[in-house]
Amino acid sequence: MKILVLIGNVPDTTTKIKFNADQTGIDTAGVQWIINPWDEFALTRAMELKEAYAGAISSVVVANVGSSQTEPTLRKALAVGADKAIRIDAEAKDAFFVATQLAQIAGEYELILAGIEASDYNGSAVGGMLAELLDRSSVSAVTGLDLKDDKLLVTREIDGGNQHLLCTTPLLAIVQKGIAKEVRIPAMRGIMMARTKPLEVIAPVESSYATSIQKLELPPTKAACKMVAEDNVKELVRLLKEEAKVL
Amino acid sequence: MNFELTEEQLMIQQAARDYAQRELIQDVLERDANATFPAKHVKALAELGFMGMMVDPKYNGGGMDTISYVLAMEELSKIDASMSVIVSVNNSLVCYGLDKYGDEFQKENFLKPLASGEKIGAFLLSEPEAGSDATSQRTIAEDKGDHYLVNGTKNWITNANSASTYILIAQTDPAKKHKGITAFVLDKNSPGISLGPHEDKMGMRSSDTHSVMFTDVKVPKENRIGEEGFGFTFAMKILEGGRIGIAAQALGLASGALERAVAYAKERKAFGTAIANHQAIAFKLSDMAVKVENARNLCLKAAWLKDKGEAFGVASAMAKQYAADIAMEVTTEAVQIHGGYGYVKEYHVERLMREAKLTQIYEGTSEIQKIVISRSLLR
Amino acid sequence: MSILIYTENWDGKFKKVSFELASYAAALAEQTGKQAIAVSLGEVENSELEKLGQYGIGKIVTAQDKRFATLDNKAITKAIAAAAKQVQAEVIILSHDNLGKAIAPRLAIRCNAGLVTAVTGLPESLNPFIVHKNVFTGKAIAHIKIEKEVKVLTLAYNSFGLNEKHSSVEITSFDPDLTDSDFSMEVLDTTKVTGKVLLNEADIVVSGGRGMKSADNWYLIEELAEELGAATACSRPVSDEGWRPHDEHVGQTGKIISPNLYFAFGISGAIQHLGGVSSSKVIVAVNKDPEAPIFEAADYGITGDALKVLPELIQAVKDTKNQ
Repeated sequence: MKILVLIGNVPDTTTKIKFNADQTGIDTAGVQWIINPWDEFALTRAMELKEAYAGAISSVVVANVGSSQTEPTLRKALAVGADKAIRIDAEAKDAFFVATQLAQIAGEYELILAGIEASDYNGSAVGGMLAELLDRSSVSAVTGLDLKDDKLLVTREIDGGNQHLLCTTPLLAIVQKGIAKEVRIPAMRGIMMARTKPLEVIAPVESSYATSIQKLELPPTKAACKMVAEDNVKELVRLLKEEAKVL
Repeated sequence: MNFELTEEQLMIQQAARDYAQRELIQDVLERDANATFPAKHVKALAELGFMGMMVDPKYNGGGMDTISYVLAMEELSKIDASMSVIVSVNNSLVCYGLDKYGDEFQKENFLKPLASGEKIGAFLLSEPEAGSDATSQRTIAEDKGDHYLVNGTKNWITNANSASTYILIAQTDPAKKHKGITAFVLDKNSPGISLGPHEDKMGMRSSDTHSVMFTDVKVPKENRIGEEGFGFTFAMKILEGGRIGIAAQALGLASGALERAVAYAKERKAFGTAIANHQAIAFKLSDMAVKVENARNLCLKAAWLKDKGEAFGVASAMAKQYAADIAMEVTTEAVQIHGGYGYVKEYHVERLMREAKLTQIYEGTSEIQKIVISRSLLR
Repeated sequence: MSILIYTENWDGKFKKVSFELASYAAALAEQTGKQAIAVSLGEVENSELEKLGQYGIGKIVTAQDKRFATLDNKAITKAIAAAAKQVQAEVIILSHDNLGKAIAPRLAIRCNAGLVTAVTGLPESLNPFIVHKNVFTGKAIAHIKIEKEVKVLTLAYNSFGLNEKHSSVEITSFDPDLTDSDFSMEVLDTTKVTGKVLLNEADIVVSGGRGMKSADNWYLIEELAEELGAATACSRPVSDEGWRPHDEHVGQTGKIISPNLYFAFGISGAIQHLGGVSSSKVIVAVNKDPEAPIFEAADYGITGDALKVLPELIQAVKDTKNQ
């Protein structure tokens, strides 16, 4: 079985967001880029599976749509243990565009893993779109994924519970926190090995955008916090009830 | 000139940073309070390859350059200098010494498990009567034909108890003074070795420091590093490289304190505004930042020279003296910026200040570095 | 042309999110002069379906097929797309919950539509069609234009609220044209959380951080939650320590929630945590560090030890109830 992990390149989660001049994107000066945290969970689980089922899983490949600036992120994925990286050389502007690009390479992988969300535009969209483009089954909010003979044992969160499923391949699994143990820090050995692993760059196919960002703005600033004395908890309850009207 | 780090160097820096900020931070206060050895972190950092970063991969090392090592040391030291001194001793004293001067037998048997971090090492040079002045070694290794018989005492030995492998500097021919000094590699478990009590230190409290006593300890001939009489040159060469590690440690203490001071100054309010908006604080931060940047450049320059195979002894002395001295200044200022909070352990900066003090003392005091630097000027 | 919502049912019952979706669709229908229609999949009795009429839904198309209970994403997508075609839906709206998030992107491809997820309100304009959503986990708001004729949206929780507007309901069934091969997953078992308020749907959330000191003190969080009918949550260090399960972690890499009232006990308010809770209507913070960043995000605050404040707060809530 070959596994494909979709990798997004996003600003570090502690980044203070500043906008570009026309307010349609962020000012990327000084931004540190990381693997989208949910995609990193997916990658970690893929590595765990490959270690546990060396015979059944032949390779783990990571793919991304982005400019050459996203290569450090892919190289990190290689250092963590992925066998190969593919970069589709185009700016990732919209989920539809990204999914159509990935569709050209994704079909051959029996299992595709995607993160449930991206910490930049919080789209939750690429994985599902890709599954539909490939006309394959998808499961979302996956918190457990394991091999069972030639099938996949999946645990997913449903709204108000959990479900165990037995799925056949090909499958696209959209994963969330809990899927993997701790995310991995690349080891020196892995960093060395990444030097010789392939990072393939592919030209984009003709596609279009389904959405566009017109404007970004900062959320309205909150009024100052109203402090209540520690020994006057009753007053807090009164304020919540009478002033905020939320109790 | 090129000040850009490679993608790989950035990845190593980030890896060290991630480990420090995610893992070391968790129990650093507790280990400082109880002076407990960070065994699980040594194991984890070994698995990541940080215990033998610069050793040739064929001896289980990471095959990375000295610049990467400086970057890693800085990141680890921002959070936990006790851990980083263990890394530093193992990398730049023990592994470096064996990698550069050991023979094939020694590399196979001693270097491999040290470079993989499966075992850790200690470097035994200082003596009760010979700290900065390494020429007057009192520990004697007497030639007994197929082995040496070692007697004497070593002091202030980092990793003394947790190490499995010792690199020992001892006198084989007292008449020849420093030209009669020889280096050895040996097992800590060799009969006749005993440890003094755990030193109760001011800082770096989670690394273990002891004196080590040798009483009729037999050391096989094949454990001698280089020829008889090579020991002093060996020790001086190793310390040249070791200084880069401690300089980077001091740098990390300073830059870690600066990061905390900046964050605190933006958060803490006084007279109706963040204290960072008061020039008294802002200018302090500015002075600290310049010092940190200077120290970083000195460290990287020394590492760069070493990586190019050029002489780096003076550069590493400059880096160590300057970084150690500004580490003391910057951590002290960070405590000052934190005010009362800076004086309590929860805010970390008082610990960084205690730890910074040692960087001015060990692996050559600031004064010794000035001797090295001034001699090179006056030669 | 119409506005179509997909109303999920759980064991034949709708939840509050479906009624919020209905309220939103009714408002959008009024704005656009179109009809608000709901599609319901699986077995739901007419008396339950009619409840959607209380929130302005005039027409419901249903496919009473029990196979939908397996929540097969591909099959549900096909079925909604079939309904959308039948009612000529121009805007299709789903809840931004686990199922909605899973279906909406597939549906957008299938209907050749443009997708915006976690929309926080009615469109800013209809032509061009521009909606707002939170991005960078609450650190910014984006105005997004959909370039396609057909639009698929998911609506962020608790962003619109309920709006009663009585309407008579016409219920018709439709044929989603599915075969057994469209249902490819085998459900081994389903565990439903019962008797507990769900985090995503809760009006009030009581959350604890490292300042709670240990897992043993969590009974205080639970007791207050019970008094308020609230869900419980935690910060990342707490779930990392294993004090609480991962599914209670709110914040940037955990759940993103928007209750009416969020209590943060002993949570310092790292930027990653705030990202997950900043769209809560009212935030109450209790922290012993007066400089903790959580107070920047909070509406009401107490400087103090969470372990001391909690018992008093529980008592104060009990007292108000008894009044």
